[in-house]
Amino acid sequence: MSGPSTYIPKSGLEKWIDQRLPLPRLMHDTMQTFPTPRNLNIWYTFGGILTFCLGVQIITGIVLAMHYVANAGLAFDSVEKIMRDVNYGWLIRYIHANGASMFFLAVYIHMFRGLYYGSYKAPRELIWILGVLIYLLMMATAFFGYVLPWGQMSFWGATVITNLFSAIPVIGQHIATWLWGDFAVGDATLNRFFSLHYLLPFIIAAVVGLHIWALHVPGNNNPLGIDVKSPQDTLPFHPYYTVKDAFYLCLYVILFAAFVFYSPDFFGNPDNYQPANPLVTPPDIVPEWYLLPYYAMLRSVPNKLLGVLVMGLALVTLVLLPWLDTSRVRSLRFRPVMKQFFWVFAVDCVLLGYCGSQSVEAVAFGIPLVIVARLGTVYYLAYFWVLMPIIGLIETPKKLPASIAQSVLGDKAVAAAE
Amino acid sequence: MHKALKLGLVFGLLAFATPVMAQEEGISTHRLPPKKVEFEFEGAFGKYDRAALQRGFQVYKEVCAACHSLNRVAFRNLGEPGGPGFSEAEVKAIAAGFKVPAEPNDKGETTDEQGNRLTRAGIPADYFPAPFPNENAARANNSGALPPDLSLINKAREHGPHYIYSLLTGFEEKAPAGFKLTEGKYFNPYFEGWNISMPQPLKADSVTYSDGTKATIEQEAHDVVTFLEWAAEPKMEERKRLGFGVLIFLVVLAGLLFASYRKVWADAH
Repeated sequence: MSGPSTYIPKSGLEKWIDQRLPLPRLMHDTMQTFPTPRNLNIWYTFGGILTFCLGVQIITGIVLAMHYVANAGLAFDSVEKIMRDVNYGWLIRYIHANGASMFFLAVYIHMFRGLYYGSYKAPRELIWILGVLIYLLMMATAFFGYVLPWGQMSFWGATVITNLFSAIPVIGQHIATWLWGDFAVGDATLNRFFSLHYLLPFIIAAVVGLHIWALHVPGNNNPLGIDVKSPQDTLPFHPYYTVKDAFYLCLYVILFAAFVFYSPDFFGNPDNYQPANPLVTPPDIVPEWYLLPYYAMLRSVPNKLLGVLVMGLALVTLVLLPWLDTSRVRSLRFRPVMKQFFWVFAVDCVLLGYCGSQSVEAVAFGIPLVIVARLGTVYYLAYFWVLMPIIGLIETPKKLPASIAQSVLGDKAVAAAE
Repeated sequence: MHKALKLGLVFGLLAFATPVMAQEEGISTHRLPPKKVEFEFEGAFGKYDRAALQRGFQVYKEVCAACHSLNRVAFRNLGEPGGPGFSEAEVKAIAAGFKVPAEPNDKGETTDEQGNRLTRAGIPADYFPAPFPNENAARANNSGALPPDLSLINKAREHGPHYIYSLLTGFEEKAPAGFKLTEGKYFNPYFEGWNISMPQPLKADSVTYSDGTKATIEQEAHDVVTFLEWAAEPKMEERKRLGFGVLIFLVVLAGLLFASYRKVWADAH
């Protein structure tokens, strides 16, 4: 995708195609010879896993859309028809529903990996920002998708989330009405959400293309966070990383299949097996697990508008991350102080998720969870806005290794090769 | 629609707050955790007990069906693989035993001269007919309460089968002193708020099993919960069977990939 090409056409036909459309060249340079740091660990296999997840969601989604009816009176029934009467419909729907959770699980691991090894730092800022954009698009897509079965949680989740826009002063209510296409969540809302749910995955696919394109300019970061200095530091993508990615992908699919076949409703909410009813509010309206940390932040602020702003800030902060981190060292392996705060941050995110899953007045160990969520929100924001800029300036990093090859192979092997 | 939403919110909050307000201090009417029972269909290799499904169908038909619909289940489903396993002839006989709303007659009428809905005998392609023609009729016949459809009940409640089992067998328990029962309601500590509109549905010998099984309350509850689990998840056996094959395939594939991974990387470390 960038840099000088090493492609040599092997046959007349390949040469003929290459001169007219250099697609074989593109495939060769990006997926075959692409120099990849030789020290990438298991956490670097999640890019491939995520591409797989997107593909699975698009394929199963297209099949589901052949049977689904986007109509407030028929949607729930059409989903049950898929479960009962469409050949292997249950399988396709369970793959799609669990696939969303597996997609988010992978994207969170991918993001925490980027955070830990400093993959957002120069010259990879745009890769990170495109990644954040994909993440936001994923959240929107997942939210629209969750509304489609038109169960109780679909309806009330949609009501709660779209009502967030009504917190905006003066025009908020008008925005909410415009989003609904009605004066409440209803048939018009369901139809547009279906349309957008079908559209956004293709936009995600396009941004994924940009994300990978941007990745192929500087190449992968690596667990050491140091630059590639010589060809010795790298291995060709194929076969080294194709086989490694394939192996770990297979393990991930085993986990995926375990949920689909043996606990397909694990991530679901029982309320969503009740058809949507605008007259009955569920006692607790809970979003899907992957949105819970933000939901906890939203509810931890007593003022609705401020809550929405805090939640928005938590997301926007991610875009600014490359400039909030002042350290010149990428990998937290060599940053003993920041590393501690990173793990606290990881626990903080899980804790926020837990707070979001409980009812507003819940108490754990004598502490109201809303207080826990408030402290968790403060830490989340402080991690990026206070700790990152300050610790980057005052921390003394450990000594960085001379090169990737030296770190992996040892001094002798490097010397012998020279 | 706005008004309806607000009304819904108010009713929701009322329903939530009422049991707490009505009780004396110190009594929490939060539902009890469900009873610990075991069902044959649980676990990775669990299957439906055919005899329990057939007995459970009998309990549904003779007891539950008086008030509860089963809209998403067709008679033909009763003979499909992974279900109660009735023969084709049995399914036809079961279907014929139900009166379903008839199609318009030659004059285009759907009701007789007295205004009653015309009916005909069911066929396997028909779905279980609902006991009431609409929600209002259902409420009018049940002192204002709406008996929920049972097609998905085991998946639509937390702890599904265990919850339904506990509810069905929970009517015998004594209300604690100081608990005030709402008029027209029944005590059941497994139901949120402890006040339930449904009177005790199952008693010993509510049904007479043809296979000689003793019809205790526990047995009837176990059987009907098994039947409702199948009604909610009719493809469970197929799912677990296919899953087993898929997992074996994936584990073998992972083994091959791991061997390739080791071989390819042997000289790269």
